[in-house]
Amino acid sequence: MQQDKQGPDIHLRDVRLRLGETRFHFVGTVQGGCITALIGPSGSGKSTLLNLIAGFDAPQSGKIVFGTEEVTKKHPSHRPVSLIFQDHNLFGHLDLFTNVGLGIHPSLKLSAEDRRQVSTALARVGLAGMEQRKPATLSGGEKQRAAFARALVRHKPVLLMDEPFAALDPGLRSDMAALLVELHRETGSTVLMVTHDPDEVERLSQRVMFVEGGRIMLETSVSDLGEHREIFAVGRFLRT
Amino acid sequence: MRRLTLSLLLAINLAPAAMAQEKTLTIYTYESFTAEWGPGPKVKEGFEKTCACTVNFVSVADGVALLSRLKLERENTEADLVLGLDTNLAAEAKATGLFEAHGLTTPAVDVPGGYSDDVFIPYNYGHFAVVYDTQTMQNPPKSLTELVEGDPAQKIAIQDPRTSTPGLGLLLWVKSVYREDAPAAWEKLRQRVLTVTPGWSEAYGLFTKGEVPMVLSYTTSPAYHMVAEGTDRYQAAPFSEGHYIQIEIAGRVKTSEHKELAQQFLVFMMSPAFQNIIPTTNWMMPAAATSEPLPDAFSRLVKPQKTFLMDPKEVAANRQAWIDEWLTAMSER
Amino acid sequence: MLTVRERWTGIGGSAVALGAILVFIAAAVLALLLFQPASSGGAIFTSYTWNVLRFTLLQAALSTALATGLAIPVALSLARRPHFFGRIWILRLMALPMGLPVLVVSLGLIAVWGRQGIANDLLLTLGLSEPISIYGLSGILLAHIFFNLPLACRLMVASLERLPGEYWKLAASLRLTPLSLFRFIEWPALRQVLPGIAGLIFMLCATSFTIVLVLGGGPAATTLEVAIYQSLRFDFDPPRAIALSLLQIALTGLVLALLGLVKRAEENGTTLAAPSRRFDGWTGTALVWDVVTIAMAVLFLLLPLLAVFMSGLRADLGRLLTSSAFMQAAATSAAIAVASTLLASFVSICIIKGRLAVTDLRDAGKAGRTYRGLLGASSSLVLLVPPVVLGTGWFLLLRPVGDVSCIAPFLVSIINALMALPFVMRVLEPSMQTHHDRTSRLVAGLGISGVWKLWHIDRPVLLKPALLALSFAMALSLGDLGAVALFGSNDFVTLPWLLYSRLSSYRTADADGLALILGVLCLLLTIAGTFERPTERSGHAAG
Repeated sequence: MQQDKQGPDIHLRDVRLRLGETRFHFVGTVQGGCITALIGPSGSGKSTLLNLIAGFDAPQSGKIVFGTEEVTKKHPSHRPVSLIFQDHNLFGHLDLFTNVGLGIHPSLKLSAEDRRQVSTALARVGLAGMEQRKPATLSGGEKQRAAFARALVRHKPVLLMDEPFAALDPGLRSDMAALLVELHRETGSTVLMVTHDPDEVERLSQRVMFVEGGRIMLETSVSDLGEHREIFAVGRFLRT
Repeated sequence: MRRLTLSLLLAINLAPAAMAQEKTLTIYTYESFTAEWGPGPKVKEGFEKTCACTVNFVSVADGVALLSRLKLERENTEADLVLGLDTNLAAEAKATGLFEAHGLTTPAVDVPGGYSDDVFIPYNYGHFAVVYDTQTMQNPPKSLTELVEGDPAQKIAIQDPRTSTPGLGLLLWVKSVYREDAPAAWEKLRQRVLTVTPGWSEAYGLFTKGEVPMVLSYTTSPAYHMVAEGTDRYQAAPFSEGHYIQIEIAGRVKTSEHKELAQQFLVFMMSPAFQNIIPTTNWMMPAAATSEPLPDAFSRLVKPQKTFLMDPKEVAANRQAWIDEWLTAMSER
Repeated sequence: MLTVRERWTGIGGSAVALGAILVFIAAAVLALLLFQPASSGGAIFTSYTWNVLRFTLLQAALSTALATGLAIPVALSLARRPHFFGRIWILRLMALPMGLPVLVVSLGLIAVWGRQGIANDLLLTLGLSEPISIYGLSGILLAHIFFNLPLACRLMVASLERLPGEYWKLAASLRLTPLSLFRFIEWPALRQVLPGIAGLIFMLCATSFTIVLVLGGGPAATTLEVAIYQSLRFDFDPPRAIALSLLQIALTGLVLALLGLVKRAEENGTTLAAPSRRFDGWTGTALVWDVVTIAMAVLFLLLPLLAVFMSGLRADLGRLLTSSAFMQAAATSAAIAVASTLLASFVSICIIKGRLAVTDLRDAGKAGRTYRGLLGASSSLVLLVPPVVLGTGWFLLLRPVGDVSCIAPFLVSIINALMALPFVMRVLEPSMQTHHDRTSRLVAGLGISGVWKLWHIDRPVLLKPALLALSFAMALSLGDLGAVALFGSNDFVTLPWLLYSRLSSYRTADADGLALILGVLCLLLTIAGTFERPTERSGHAAG
């Protein structure tokens, strides 16, 4: 499945959801082809928003639209989305080749071309020749790189990331951020990334989405973020 | 003597301890004898009236366990008297050297097969029989031969001679009738055997649950159903060749400190006071005269024309070989 | 990360526990060996013994393969649907068979699969005239599946539930088909726990006794356990019983070792968190498959138990429950169950702490690993020691010391505790291991110890697995007849013993009633063991 060079906009149209006592109401758009940082206090609904877009939570009302295509009722497996979590991105008992290869074909029926593609992707993220390694033998950074490699071979127009670098030390973080920016330049996909790190926001994202109390409070470009210090929480997030 | 720890652990009220001045007669027996509905409580009450003593029953699972217990304890046993062995175990029991001659004449005792012994005295008996369910079986076998050669679709549950006395009883019964042809008979009977259970309870349970129309039990089994449940549904089939008998016996222990009391009990055992209790509690035939007539149901039980009883010594000498023979006949494919 | 003192108390405690187990077994064996037999039993290694041995291993292997094999789809379906109404009750149902006397369950199975059973009635109405017969190998296998499938299933579900929630999200996102989901996620997880589960079931089936005799159909179906029982109870030939027992332990142990089944499944056990949400199995086909699989498993388990319950209802329960015989037996059973459960838990904790302490030693080396393995193996191989051997041996030892009716409760408690040990270990060890891994460094860093640590750090996490282990051991002890059967004495009657005694005096209805009562008691224990505080089921997606 080949996609446009440019990832789609993601529209949240009056999306409502209630989990236990917590209510969510999302209205807004994630800009297509951009890296958007999703920020906000703990428990504000960042992960829920990601779950809604990925399809792991179904809204009680409202619509979720990718570009022009409505995906509200679609099962996660039918949405053009790749995912990277903070942890457990790799199946622990499978080697890197299999973990990445599953991104191409879910039954691992791989052609010679596919196999080459897996190796290329691994090399692309700096894991050349590590096809046979098991995740347990990798460092945290290497595991996240492998997850990137899988996202690469999947060619999905939307990439959702839930604090992908949170478990890494600062040096590794900036390396990984650089890698992400580089990869994004090639794929042009729509990236939505939950983060708590202001440096990350400035270093790699073009846009920022701020969530609080189950609502999208703000969606703006990174350069304009400074103008919204009047929102107390944003100010606190930017530590000024 | 029971210890405080046990009472604390179990938090239950134990039987009142014997009074110090009274003698205590310790009788080893099997569990169903001392059950609340068994003969035990009435026997205890009856004997204590006559002896100025206390009867203390110690019960184990069955007659075989009784013998094993004695073999384990040997001279250290606390038993003054053992009640509940059967004639098939008698030779082995004597071989332990733990028993002492009873020193009594036993004119009152009258059991088919005429068992008489200087160590053991019978207290009740029953003939082994095939008990069938009249609701599912209209034409029960009329002989052991008919049982062996009958329709294999009509099944029977039997017991394992390696682990139970009725199982051993059937083994000896078949041996008595067929002699050296016994293995061939077993190979035929095998087609009718639904399953071979470890004990009487499992087989009888299968039978009363309707799983199998015939079971190896006793001629007296129907009496229980007639008297206690008021139903004629289960009946024993009379076999023309005759029935093998199980005679249950009691004997004095050599190491006892109360040998006279034990002898006194054996006398009591042969009296109507004891024998009256047996039919409707142990569901066996009394081994001596009763003063009350037996319940009606007993008159309707099968009365075997001929009784088989092997010499205990012969049984002891050949048991293992016969069991091996049975195993081979029953296991072959 | 343990302090030096904690480490050595751990290792020392486990050494004492292991030593106590071995001494307890060895003393019984020695007592029997030194006992001069009244009659010599002849050769041990006859063709009869070999046939028995062959059948023992054959039926155990088949039972294990079938029980674990059939448990896999059921466990997969149950794990795939972590939140449906009644799921907890299905898991509770799966703990029931273990706690009921084997004979009771066998009669229940016969009510369903027997000649007059529901299954055959159904086949007859379908026009099939030839009734299926469960007597023989098929019956033994059926009963063993009935007892062990639920056990395998519970342990497997637990292992699947411990997989990280991200896996299921990734699987959905990667569009893994059910087959590749099985191949790449579920099977690798199961493969880790399968050897431990299979090993446990193999031992349980190899030492099977009542099932083999009641449903075996004839002496062709005889296990070593039957031969041991025969040589001790009927022939009274202690040396032969010991020789056969050693044969059973050695050969079964050897087979397990050859199959690589002795290895304990370190990872299985209960999960600490609520099961993750699953995003697969949303297609109609998958739903139908799961519903059918779970329904068949439930029917398979429920029908025989229902048969037991229904016939129990016909008994005069009021009279039974208020009879002094019942109350006395219930008190005895309860006391034994509590004592053996506490003992089993205590010994388990000693052994687990020892294993953790050895793991904690960075320079443990080969000796440490061997000791660790020894602890694990011996705590599961005790299942192969016939209770009848332990009981008789200790009876011989203690007989000169005091009254049997005093000794019996203690002995039975100890024997029951030993038999429950492998189960308790299996539930407790993974939880304690995980808890240790997660907290030991922190605890060491903060210098927390003693009762405060126990209450504030250990209790909240370990309470649930501890309850499960306790209820398991109690149910096991409650339904046990094996050890009790030796010491029959007026003062020492347990519930299963009372049940058997009713059965052996024509009182089938009473026995049915007692079976029902035992079943209800086990169910209550199971509920206590799977007790779940009403928790907030919401927040899992928020944040």
